[in-house]
Amino acid sequence: MDMELKSNPKLEIMEGNEAVAHGARLCRPDVVAGYPITPISSTWDHLFKFKADGLLNAETVAVEGEHSSMSVLIGAAESGARTFTCSASQGLFFMFEAYVNASTLRLPIVMALATREPNGPQGVSSSDQDAVMVKEAGWIQIFVESVQEIPDSIVMAYKLAEDPQVLLPVSVCYAGFYLSYLYAPVELPEQEKVDQFLPPLVMNPRLDPAKPMTASVFTNGNITTEYRYKHLAAMQRAKTKLDEIDSEFQRVFGRHYGGQIEEYRCQDAEIILLAMGSCTGTIKVTVDKKRKEGLKIGLIKVRMFRPFPKERLARALRGKKAVGVLDRDVDFGWNCGSLFTDLKVALFDAGINLPTVNFIDGLSGLDITEEHIERAIEIIQQAAEGKIPQEVTWLSLE
Amino acid sequence: MKFKTKYEGPWADASDMLVLPVGEWKSQKPVVKAAKCCHCGTCYLFCPTGCIEDKGRYFEANLDYCKGCGICARECPVKAISLVRA
Repeated sequence: MDMELKSNPKLEIMEGNEAVAHGARLCRPDVVAGYPITPISSTWDHLFKFKADGLLNAETVAVEGEHSSMSVLIGAAESGARTFTCSASQGLFFMFEAYVNASTLRLPIVMALATREPNGPQGVSSSDQDAVMVKEAGWIQIFVESVQEIPDSIVMAYKLAEDPQVLLPVSVCYAGFYLSYLYAPVELPEQEKVDQFLPPLVMNPRLDPAKPMTASVFTNGNITTEYRYKHLAAMQRAKTKLDEIDSEFQRVFGRHYGGQIEEYRCQDAEIILLAMGSCTGTIKVTVDKKRKEGLKIGLIKVRMFRPFPKERLARALRGKKAVGVLDRDVDFGWNCGSLFTDLKVALFDAGINLPTVNFIDGLSGLDITEEHIERAIEIIQQAAEGKIPQEVTWLSLE
Repeated sequence: MKFKTKYEGPWADASDMLVLPVGEWKSQKPVVKAAKCCHCGTCYLFCPTGCIEDKGRYFEANLDYCKGCGICARECPVKAISLVRA
């Protein structure tokens, strides 16, 4: 790491939440509103300090709760402002009514979500459960692996949200605790390049006293159906749009993340482990280790969780021998993890008949260790050989 | 499956609950000069952990629960509380 820091003078050591605040600041939001909650609280410290230091020229609103923070952003976005907030778990759920309103009003709001276990039991610790519980709320959800990927993804999130072909709110989900409090070297996107990459937001239509309009009045079924159809179509357009934005980001900033998914050593892989979020870092290390032992394994990191990247997953998985899905959450209605149910639908849609197994691990701050990942890989191997002991393995309860 | 608790949900017998030794977190502790204490109860009201106990003629923090924040010392109107290294 010392070598890395010396060889790249642009690298700074910062906490994940500070990287969130920098990512937001670099996009020059007009209105920032929020309420602190573990594990995102320090993001507000950084944002308000940026404002005090003159680095953030935004209206900052310290509200009394998350329902209000999203409501402030809805009003601001309707009048054409670029907006930002962040939250987690109970805060996100308290925000939920306004959260749904934001997406169905088609407002390009960007939020950072430090993913956290919801209550109960009292779970002030990391998992993906809060994010997957709001997966059908009409927002785009992007999961990141590293601290570096947070500010980069926030810049890309605004580009995606504000695209006239998309116009949807985007949530950048990063593992609470594991990334929110991790100090890591980060190369921040340069301000001039961000300004070039992200032109000022032009909302049309918007609320303007000079040309009075109204938004979200009582609407009958005919028109609501049309709005829903258009919302879904925009979600679908967002998928390839993220791939394009990722390529453009690479041209401008030199870093790229694969768009909807990242395929790690998948080209000649026979078996695949599919996961999302910060645990994919540990999985990459384990994949490298297993590759040295001669095992043809690859990782698919799902970055875009909503809309679900089924086309790219189908392309990446066709011809493989087995796939295992690691979930840091549960799907209460399907007796497995959320990513797993989605993957099975994607495979069925594509006509791919592949042994699939699911692993549940990393709930409430439980570390997803290399040993756990190795055990998961062992089970995927068994699945590839036609021996599936059980569909879902709870790695910490074995 | 290996289970550690007999309960279906987040219930626990009081004796099995996760008890954090929060008193061990502090780097400094409040010490009261009993003779100087005017028994006004300001520290009792301000203590965020509610660990101040009425000893009859003076108030004193229960150090098993005190996290050493120092609010009692700051608020004491007669400066009867000082913080020392825990």
